Amino acid sequence: MSEYLVEFNNISKFFGKVIALKDVTMKVKKGEIMCLLGDNGAGKSTLIKTLSGVHKPDEGEIIVEGENTIFDSPKDALDMGIATVYQDLALVSLMSVTRNFFMGREPQKGFSFLKTFDIEKANKIAADRMGQIGIDVRDPSQAVGTMSGGERQCLAISRAIYFGAKVLILDEPTSALGVHQASVVLKYIVKAASQGLAVILITHNVHHAYPVGNSFTVLNRGKSLGTYTKEKLSREKLLGMMAGGEELDKLEVELQEMDRINKKN
Amino acid sequence: MSEKSKSISSKKDFIKDERLQKVSKLKVLLNRPELGALGGSILVFIFFGIVAGDTGMFSAYGMLNFLDVSANLGIIAIAAAMLMIGGEFDLSIGSMIGFAGICIAIPAIYWGWPLWISIVFALAMAVLVGYFNGILVVKTGLPSFIVTLAMLFILRGATLAITRLITGRTQVPGLRVLIEDDPIAWIFATDTFKWLFAWLGSMKLIELRTDGTPLATGIPPSVIWFIALTIFATWILMKTKYGNWIFASGGDKVGATNVGVPVGKVKISLFIGTAVASTIFACIQVLDAGSADTMRGTLKELEAIAAAVVGGCLLTGGYGSAIGAAFGALIFGTVSMGIFYTDVDTDWFKVFLGAMMLIAVVFNNYIRKKVTESK
Repeated sequence: MSEYLVEFNNISKFFGKVIALKDVTMKVKKGEIMCLLGDNGAGKSTLIKTLSGVHKPDEGEIIVEGENTIFDSPKDALDMGIATVYQDLALVSLMSVTRNFFMGREPQKGFSFLKTFDIEKANKIAADRMGQIGIDVRDPSQAVGTMSGGERQCLAISRAIYFGAKVLILDEPTSALGVHQASVVLKYIVKAASQGLAVILITHNVHHAYPVGNSFTVLNRGKSLGTYTKEKLSREKLLGMMAGGEELDKLEVELQEMDRINKKN
Repeated sequence: MSEKSKSISSKKDFIKDERLQKVSKLKVLLNRPELGALGGSILVFIFFGIVAGDTGMFSAYGMLNFLDVSANLGIIAIAAAMLMIGGEFDLSIGSMIGFAGICIAIPAIYWGWPLWISIVFALAMAVLVGYFNGILVVKTGLPSFIVTLAMLFILRGATLAITRLITGRTQVPGLRVLIEDDPIAWIFATDTFKWLFAWLGSMKLIELRTDGTPLATGIPPSVIWFIALTIFATWILMKTKYGNWIFASGGDKVGATNVGVPVGKVKISLFIGTAVASTIFACIQVLDAGSADTMRGTLKELEAIAAAVVGGCLLTGGYGSAIGAAFGALIFGTVSMGIFYTDVDTDWFKVFLGAMMLIAVVFNNYIRKKVTESK
C-alpha cells in the first residue's frame, strides 16, 4: 500500500477549448496538511470540484488508499471518506446547531414508520463535538445564525470529521474571517490533521497557509508549479511563486519609474 | 498556559466568552415562531370576552361555531405552513378545493359510484395535482408562486367547464342522502362527543332548543381533523428526520442538497400535502352542505397563507411552525365569527385580516433578523 492516502496523478480537465487543468499532480499523506495555493483563475475551483467528484477528470488518475478510483458523483467521493467543506459551508442559518450538524444524516430511534429523529442524542453529540474544539454552544438548539464565522467554519469541519472523513478538502476556510477567527480555524485544522486526517487546504492567503502546511502545491493558470515541502520553501519564495509575485515585482519597477518621472518634472 | 491546555483536554471545561450573555427562558420562548400567533389569539379572546362576553359567542353553540370556521381554515393553513417552511407557495389551494368537490360529487351523483370510491378518487386526483405542481417547480426551477398561480386558473377553469359539460349547471346537490351507510364518508361528516353534549344538555349546563335537545349537538368533524393534523404536522416537523429535511430544504436549498437532503422529493411531497389538505377541506364542506359548488374555496389559498404568516412562517422559507399556523387560523376564525356578536359592521373583517397580516410580517421579519444575526 502506498504511503499516500490520496493521490491525484496528472489530472487534466478541459471545458471545450479551455484547458482548465493540465497535468496537475497532488499527493496527501495521513496526518499531513497539503496547501493548494493559487490566485483567482488559477484553476483551484475546478480542481476542488474534480477532487470531490463534481467533475470527472478528462485525463489522469485518482488513487485512494492505493486503489485506482473513479468518482461518479460527490456521494462516491464522500463514501470513500473524501469530504469537501465548501465556502458556503452548507449550513442553514435559521436552523439550530444540532439540526445543521445532522442535516441529511439524522440519527433515528423507534420502529419502521414511527421512527423519530433522536434529538436528545443529536444534541449531546453536537455539543460534545463543538466542546472538543473549544466552542461552547450553550444551547445546541440555538440557531447557527447566531454563531460567528469562525465557529460556523469549525462546525462544518467538525461535521465532516464526525461523519467519517479521512481526507478533508477545505475551500478557502479563512477567507471571510478576521485575524483571530482565522487563527481559531487554523488551529482546529492542525488538530484535525494531528488526529490522522489528511487535509487539503485551498487558499490564496500565503500567511494562513505557510504556518500550518506541511507541503505546498502552487497552481498557476491551470498548471501546477510543483509541490514543495516546507523545509525546501521559504515564505518569501512561496509568495513569489503565487501568480501575483512576478507581477508585483513588475508593479514595483513601474511605480519607481513613475516616481522618477514625477521627480524630473 | 496550563489553563489553556486544560480547556482543550477537558470536554466540559469550555473556553468562556465573556461577551456571552445568559439566555433567559423568556428569550428562548420569544424566539419560537408561534409566539406571535399565540399572543394574538389571547388578545383576540380577551377583546371578545370584554366586548361580546354576554352575547352568546362563548356559549357552547357559539364556540363551536367559530371553532368550526377556524378549524376549516386551519386544515389548509397547516399544510400551507409546512410548504412555506419548505420554501414554496401553493396558490392553487382554493381551486383545488373546488376541483376536489366536484371530483366527489359528479362520480357519486352522475356516474353512480359509491360515495367512498368518489372520495378516494378525489384524494387520488389531489395527489396527482400536488405531484404535478411539485415536479413542475422542482424541474423547471421556476418560482412556485407563478407555477401554482397558473394552476389556480387551470383548476378553477377546468372545474367550471367539466361541471357544466356534464351537469349543465355549476352546482351538484344531492349528496346528503348518500352519507348514511357509506363506509368512509362518516370520517368527514360525523359530529363527535354527542353523548357529552346530550349529558350537558340534560344537566341544563348548555343551551337547549324548545324541544329539549341541546342546541350544540357535538364537536364538528373539522375540529377533530384540525387538532389531529396540528399534532401530526408538529410531530413531523419537530420529531422526524423528514421534518429536518423540510426546514433544510426551505432554509438553504443548495446547502441541503450538498449534505444529501433529497430536496426535490421533500418539496414534491409538500405540494401533495397541500392538495390533499384541500381535498380533506372539500370533503368536510361538501358532505356538510350536501352539495358541491364550482366556486367553493375561492380565495382560500390567500387566507391559508395569511394564517401561516400570522403563525410565524417566513415568506422566504426555512422557519415557522404548524402550531403557529393553527393559532393563526384560530385568530381569523374567531374574529370572522366574533364580529357578528359585536356592533362592528362585518365589512371591517377584511381590514382586520390585512392589518393583522401586516403586523405579523413586520414582527416575523424582526425575529428573523434576531435569529440570523451573528454576534
